[in-house]
Amino acid sequence: MTSRFHVPAVPARPGEQPDFSYVKVAAAGDAPRPPINVPVLGTAPLAEDLVRVLDDRHRAVGPWAPKLDAETLRRGLHTMMLTRAFDDRMQRAQRQGRITFYMRSLGEEAVSAAAAIALRDGDMLFPSYRNQGLFLSRGLSLVDLMSQLLSNSHDMCKGRQLPVMYHSAERRIFSISGNLATQFPQAVGWAMAAAIKGETDIAAAWLGEGSTAEADFHHALTFAKVYKAPAVLNVVNNQWAISTFQGYAGGEQRSFAARGPGMGIAGLRVDGNDFLAVYAVTAWAAERARAGHGATLIEHVTYRAGAHSTSDDPARYRPKDEFDAWPLGDPVDRLKSHLVTLGEWDDARHESLSKELDESVTGAWHEAVSYGTLNEGPRLDPSLMFEDVFKELPPHLLAQRDELLAELAERGESDHA
Amino acid sequence: MPNMNMVQALNSAMDIMLTRDPSVVVLGEDVGYFGGVFRVTESLQKKHGAYRVLDTPIAEGGIVGAAVGMCANGLRPIAEIQFADYIYPAYDQIVSEVARLRYRSAGAFSAPLTIRTPCGGGIRGGQTHSQSPEAVFAHVSGIKTVMPSNPYDAKGMLIAAIEDDDPVIFFEPKRVYNGPFDGEPDKPAQSWAEHPKAEVPEGYYTVPIGQAAVTREGSALTIVTYGTMVHVSLAAAEALGLDAEVIDIRSMVPLDIDTIAASVSKTGRCLIAHEATRFAGFGAELSASIQEHCFWNLEAPIMRVAGWDTPYPHAFEWEYFPGKRRVMNALRRLMGEAA
Ligand SMILES: Cc1ncc(C[n+]2csc(CCOP(=O)(O)OP(=O)(O)O)c2C)c(N)n1
Ligand SMILES: [Mg+2]
Repeated sequence: MTSRFHVPAVPARPGEQPDFSYVKVAAAGDAPRPPINVPVLGTAPLAEDLVRVLDDRHRAVGPWAPKLDAETLRRGLHTMMLTRAFDDRMQRAQRQGRITFYMRSLGEEAVSAAAAIALRDGDMLFPSYRNQGLFLSRGLSLVDLMSQLLSNSHDMCKGRQLPVMYHSAERRIFSISGNLATQFPQAVGWAMAAAIKGETDIAAAWLGEGSTAEADFHHALTFAKVYKAPAVLNVVNNQWAISTFQGYAGGEQRSFAARGPGMGIAGLRVDGNDFLAVYAVTAWAAERARAGHGATLIEHVTYRAGAHSTSDDPARYRPKDEFDAWPLGDPVDRLKSHLVTLGEWDDARHESLSKELDESVTGAWHEAVSYGTLNEGPRLDPSLMFEDVFKELPPHLLAQRDELLAELAERGESDHA
Repeated sequence: MPNMNMVQALNSAMDIMLTRDPSVVVLGEDVGYFGGVFRVTESLQKKHGAYRVLDTPIAEGGIVGAAVGMCANGLRPIAEIQFADYIYPAYDQIVSEVARLRYRSAGAFSAPLTIRTPCGGGIRGGQTHSQSPEAVFAHVSGIKTVMPSNPYDAKGMLIAAIEDDDPVIFFEPKRVYNGPFDGEPDKPAQSWAEHPKAEVPEGYYTVPIGQAAVTREGSALTIVTYGTMVHVSLAAAEALGLDAEVIDIRSMVPLDIDTIAASVSKTGRCLIAHEATRFAGFGAELSASIQEHCFWNLEAPIMRVAGWDTPYPHAFEWEYFPGKRRVMNALRRLMGEAA
């Protein structure tokens, strides 16, 4: 027999029927919930299974159903809806040429919104570029986020970063990198430091399933295992990495969560569009980490409903109507229906919240553009580009700054705000 | 002769080599079904099959490491790194393995591999989609490092790189994929349509690696440059009405010092222009080599125009980019005028 080169199968390409038969959807409530100190191998079945809480009738069922009051659930819904309204407006702003680039989290809002509630404020977050919900949940202002997108005079990154590469030291959210997966071992290192110092805060990190192929992902798991680092490591499996299907990251016939037990840390696989389930597994993993039982790898099974970014056109590589066929539905609709079933929400309140959020996004946008855009209004001083390369400006950068300022004076443009 | 932009020219080079040589394979992130984020590998998988044009996992170290193994088993891979800014996870494979395999095994093994990667700024890509890291590869013994500036050279050099029995890092200045760029962002984008270097033969030809091109002849001074800055330098010299000789080095390693030295010895003045950061940039090597060869013919100190020594800032792209005005100022100083 000769060896055969395997090309991962892609379920459907443009013009074909969407096919999610590879997604095995377990019934809500079926997955057992082990104690938080279960040995790593005790999580192995859960790493292949799918923890789900919300059933088809929108009730929270089974051992993973968290005891969250209606107020907290509404807070989660609020964050998800705000994320969507924000994404929607910023996508349009990019289309109008006001910002250069944008990345939405459409369809995967529960991943960030639920985790932010399950973690404590002191816990340190290491997001990817698709976790805007973490920033919104931790209370960063829309104006601050938009100003980063605009690279304007109010920009937290002082004009140095591509849109969406936010950070917040005060709210304990690490600076987002454009280089995939780098945050994963960093989060583990932060957690190791917390353990070394004897503190109870833990670290949490997120990356896409495509990014698990990078070596940094594996470094993170090894270090987390060796030092039992108090970290919650999240793989957001939204099925796609730009044009590449999750099978190209190793997702065929094996879950991403299974790499947790494979590497010696706990693993859980969760319905990433089920707010309650994401909350529950995150809370479990956080408690396990805080109690000294080590890290957990959580795979969130979800779907990237939008384009990869504003530079991408998914119609080139996947069926246009794939999201309609996605078996795990829409996270906002599902939490909304649950709240309605509980008698804690209704269509009218939903509509009015939606309108209110759109208005606050629009209001924030007007304020943000008043601090300038790339082409109009106040601008950051270009000499800022030389600062923060080092703590203090070395002589060669001082000389280069002066050369630039002379050039700008010559251009008649030196009067920047 | 058909007119091609740089994307089409590169695509044609790979298409020809996939057809001519069954050992050639293409691999990289999004290069297969999708045809690459810059569309350079468009239709290649459809035409040559998924065994020859491979979508890979997102792992640059894996891509290059696997390519080395393919080389050892008789293939001739063309690996795409989606952006030069994302090449660093592969740096160990490139520096410790690709570059030294022939040397350490006394020729028993080698890596006839081509690594293509888009580089450079001017597309509002911020610090992670704009870098020009050629100097950190040119510094490593055992890999050839090249950067074409136009469609004709791109195709001919890529075919030469694929056929080369040594590893080649092939930088593609993405700002000029679709048209030349003279460094003035406010002017409407140019296309390759009218450009003589966009007349690209449909079939096989090579442009040898290691040969500089005299892009414009002149006698007053020499501009030594490559990539996007070839176009900016030409525009600056023309704006000043200077009789400048413009040399597109095309290849950093090996460097065609003879062509460069002959020019500088003739003109006596030299400006080096590149987009990469200045400090320990490739201009430093150029300057030292030119000084060694041309010291007694120099009428003025060699000058450099380059990117500032900072990461590439999103908001200040055009204050960062060494545009036409900065090159013109340097040229004036080089010619002894007050800036
Ligand atoms: C080291 C590195 N390689 C390549 C890229 C280019 N790139 C940006 S996003 C992306 C796809 C990532 O997919 P995934 O990890 O699944 O995350 P998702 O976009 O689906 O959230 C790629 C290849 C990069 N940013 N960094
Ligand atoms: Mg993904």
